Amino acid sequence: MQIRCPLCGLRDVREFTIKGHAIALSRPAPDAGDEAWNAYLHLRENPAGVTTELWHHTAGCGAWLKVTRNTITHEILKVALVRDGVERTDAD
Amino acid sequence: MRIDGKGLIDRSRPVSFRFDGRSYGGFEGDTLASALLANGVRLMGRSFKYHRPRGVLTAGSEEPNALMEIGKGAGKTPNVRATVQEVFEGLEARSQNRIGPLNRDLLAVNDLFSPFLSAGFYYKTFMWPRKFWEGLYEPIIRRAAGLGALSGKPDPGRYEKAFAFCDILVIGGGPTGLMAALTAARGGAEVILAEDSAAFGGRLLSETEEVDGKPGAVWVGEMLDALAETGKVRLMPRTTITGAYDGGTYGALERVGLHRPATPDLPLECLWRIQAKQAVLAAGALERPIAFPMNDRPGIMMASAVRSYLNRYGVAPGQKITLFATNDDAHQTALDLIGAGVEVAAVVDSRAEATAQGDYQLFAGGQVITTKGRHALTNVTIRHSGAETQIDTDCLAMSGGWNPTVHLTCHMGARPVWDEALKAFLPAASAIPGLTPAGACAGTYDTASCLTAGIEAAKSALKALELKAPDIAPPSASDQTGTSQTLWYVEGKGRAWLDFANDVTTKDVKLSAQEGYRSVEHMKRYTTQGMAPDQGKNSNISALALLADATGRGIPETGTTTYRPPYVPISISAMAAGAQGKGFQPERFTTSHSASTARGAPMIEAGLWYRPSYFPAQGETTWREACDREVTMVREAVGICDVSTLGKIDIQGPDASAFLDFVYTNMFSTLKPGRVRYGLMLREDGHVMDDGTTARLSDSHYVMTTTTAAAGQVMTHLEFVSQALRPDLDVRFISVTEQWAQFAVAGPRSRELLNSILDTPIDDETWPFMSCGPISVHGIPGRLFRISFSGEHAYEIAVPARYGDALYRDLVARAETMGGGAYGMEALNVLRIEKGFITHSEIHGRVTAFDIGMERMISAKKDCIGKTAAARPGLVEPERELLVGLKPIGTVKQLTAGAHLFAPEAAPTRENDEGYVTSVGFSPTFGTYLGLGFLVNGRARHGETVKHVDHLRGVETLCEVCDPVFFDPEGGRTRG
Repeated sequence: MQIRCPLCGLRDVREFTIKGHAIALSRPAPDAGDEAWNAYLHLRENPAGVTTELWHHTAGCGAWLKVTRNTITHEILKVALVRDGVERTDAD
Repeated sequence: MRIDGKGLIDRSRPVSFRFDGRSYGGFEGDTLASALLANGVRLMGRSFKYHRPRGVLTAGSEEPNALMEIGKGAGKTPNVRATVQEVFEGLEARSQNRIGPLNRDLLAVNDLFSPFLSAGFYYKTFMWPRKFWEGLYEPIIRRAAGLGALSGKPDPGRYEKAFAFCDILVIGGGPTGLMAALTAARGGAEVILAEDSAAFGGRLLSETEEVDGKPGAVWVGEMLDALAETGKVRLMPRTTITGAYDGGTYGALERVGLHRPATPDLPLECLWRIQAKQAVLAAGALERPIAFPMNDRPGIMMASAVRSYLNRYGVAPGQKITLFATNDDAHQTALDLIGAGVEVAAVVDSRAEATAQGDYQLFAGGQVITTKGRHALTNVTIRHSGAETQIDTDCLAMSGGWNPTVHLTCHMGARPVWDEALKAFLPAASAIPGLTPAGACAGTYDTASCLTAGIEAAKSALKALELKAPDIAPPSASDQTGTSQTLWYVEGKGRAWLDFANDVTTKDVKLSAQEGYRSVEHMKRYTTQGMAPDQGKNSNISALALLADATGRGIPETGTTTYRPPYVPISISAMAAGAQGKGFQPERFTTSHSASTARGAPMIEAGLWYRPSYFPAQGETTWREACDREVTMVREAVGICDVSTLGKIDIQGPDASAFLDFVYTNMFSTLKPGRVRYGLMLREDGHVMDDGTTARLSDSHYVMTTTTAAAGQVMTHLEFVSQALRPDLDVRFISVTEQWAQFAVAGPRSRELLNSILDTPIDDETWPFMSCGPISVHGIPGRLFRISFSGEHAYEIAVPARYGDALYRDLVARAETMGGGAYGMEALNVLRIEKGFITHSEIHGRVTAFDIGMERMISAKKDCIGKTAAARPGLVEPERELLVGLKPIGTVKQLTAGAHLFAPEAAPTRENDEGYVTSVGFSPTFGTYLGLGFLVNGRARHGETVKHVDHLRGVETLCEVCDPVFFDPEGGRTRG
């Protein structure tokens, strides 16, 4: 398997570390409540099909990537830098 | 027996080799199997379970019988297929799985008990007494049944891993693969052509048929020239594609040095990872054995193998050969043998309508029903027109048709599809994205169609790559396939083997069905069919056909077992290439490494780093003596310790302060430039991730230190926070751990020592506790931090790493003149325990800021990672296990890390557990052991007595619970 890092190009999967579902990008506000925080920290879908995951280019440029991937076919549909277009939900 | 004028071996290059201690001759181009057959050796091994005498069955990598040990001593390799191993001068081969000589194997007695040793025998028999299994039954069974043995020593051979990239990977160098490679290359693609065998050409090397009006081998030679001419084809002979993986990744095993005398520079094998945009599978087909009674004697082999030995290696595997076939194709074996002057005893064809294609005796509608010959075949009995006839023969060539080699197409989960017309499993459509099966592996058997299929497959790959297909015409070749009939097994008296390698017979499969193991996956596991090194290449289809019959289902309903990678066995050595010894765990050395080892310091591992444990002085016989001296030295004079292994992260940018405020629990934006602050970092789930000091060098420039253990984790975390959660902050950071050498200078005389080397002396006013800034040491610009991990007046001095060695030696030498010196990890640990400073022994991932008494470090004025979750109910309860200090007060004075804590009267059982000990050390300062640990409601229990129990080491110690800071709780010495 290979992942196309937007900064480095097509690289072997062993350069990357997976963090899990991209829900980690949607950090709730501090006062969002226990339920929202519990969901953010602990609850994960395990879809058979298309899912969005976070991968870190650990042995490369250090970029965090948002990878849209099909867990059945292992096809990678989209790779984007998480730095681009992330909604901020927390307050300073 | 060698046949003059036949074969592609190089008769000008004779080689001698040894088999079971005897010397034999062969030629370059021979495999071990062909050379042994040429020398009349037919007995090559013993079977797995019954220790039946076995000879070679095939001429390829699917060989189940002729498995041998190659080489000797530590480097010997078991289970090498004699059909793959090429002979070379000095080759040492031995037969395996025997006690005594091969022709008088003592374990052959197993064969006499074969009526009892059917499938499931062990499961049913060795049930009781249960405790006998491990000590008695299993070792005996393992000794009796098995394959070759490992030397038990580290393999001295070299192995490698490598990567390759191409536009089009062509798998298999037969007629289909050669045409595909030429078409692909002429279309402008970069091509890799991988071939399992030592030579390209596939079946063309083993057949007498012509291509383009020339002998097959001549045409192959011209094709290789044409491929070379394109300059775009990388030929990889002796390379088996072992697996197909996601995204066009293919695994491959290349036999680099196994076919020649050992050369130190050459690896034995190379495990490749080939990245291909498109692939053409031209893996061919494997001939199907027939399960007739007593079909396993040496001398019984595949018809295609007989033709390979004759036409490719110039060897007649017998002097009077019989053919047992179900198809026209196999009759060519008889024609080739007659053409080479070898006697053909008879041709037995199961089809009543079969006709002779040459001058040989044909038994149409006949079947072989049994065979004789103890160590090699002597005769066969055939049933023909209701009568039984015995035929004297020393070699029986059998052919039950062909099985397309669909294995790779199943590696990503696709199931092969049964083709009723061909009576074969074919690759499922789009089984592997980007891979096009062509030729025999796709059910196209005649050479002319294979050549065309190769061109077409390459053209479709070129099209996918948006390359223009070249104008290329297939050469002329035979388009004959003839007819065939399926004959999976022959009924009769005696055992009929399906899986030669694991000794599985038709009876075992029927028994499996009868006992309820009707699913093909259950049958496989119950009988072990297909679980030997050949992975059922010779037996899977026949076994499931038999199972289909036994269960009254069709073959498609019965289905196949799953073909998984690797296609051929891969040695563990090849998989581990580059990952042995230091390749598995590289060493990271600090700049003071050689100075430390020169002082006799034993080095201990800290992750990949190596750090000095202690520095033995003259006359010291135990580590404790050295450690006690070093602790006292720091408390009374000055000590030097390399702290470069701590993670150092350089953080810069206008929003650096805001960033640190978000990742640390406490405030950094309020820190003044030139000052240092201790910081606590949480995970988002509210537990402590790491701690360390961070220095503010200027308004927008910080240097963060992490613990040695968590340096990588913290860096990844910061990258996540910066890119994913706070991309609004303008901040950049990079690890500079390797760039700076940093040394702790600790003790009451630390400043005095520093002032002897600093270009500008320092004093308490300009360098108070927790200050930092640039300094110049011997003219070298560096950094100085007044921080302390020992509780003493202390500094850390940092210089660019290239000056580390010189500075360390200078600091230690000067310290020694002041009654101080170097101290190691043991002393560092005692010093920090005396001060109650935590490490990852305490912040082990399950503790919160509350647990370690630092909940007030979570600032109320801002959000930070982990803040919300840290406030969850349950994470701030006094009933949690909280950090405490422990001092022994009874007669036993020893403390051990890992011990658990109990009330003094309570039984030391799990139910009464109240906590545990994380760090201990003997404190020369207090003359006693000191410990840090976690105790339920510990902060409210200072002064109480608890019982420290270490069940593993048998230590029980009464302790007083106290504050974790044993030494100088007011911190007067630190501020000095």
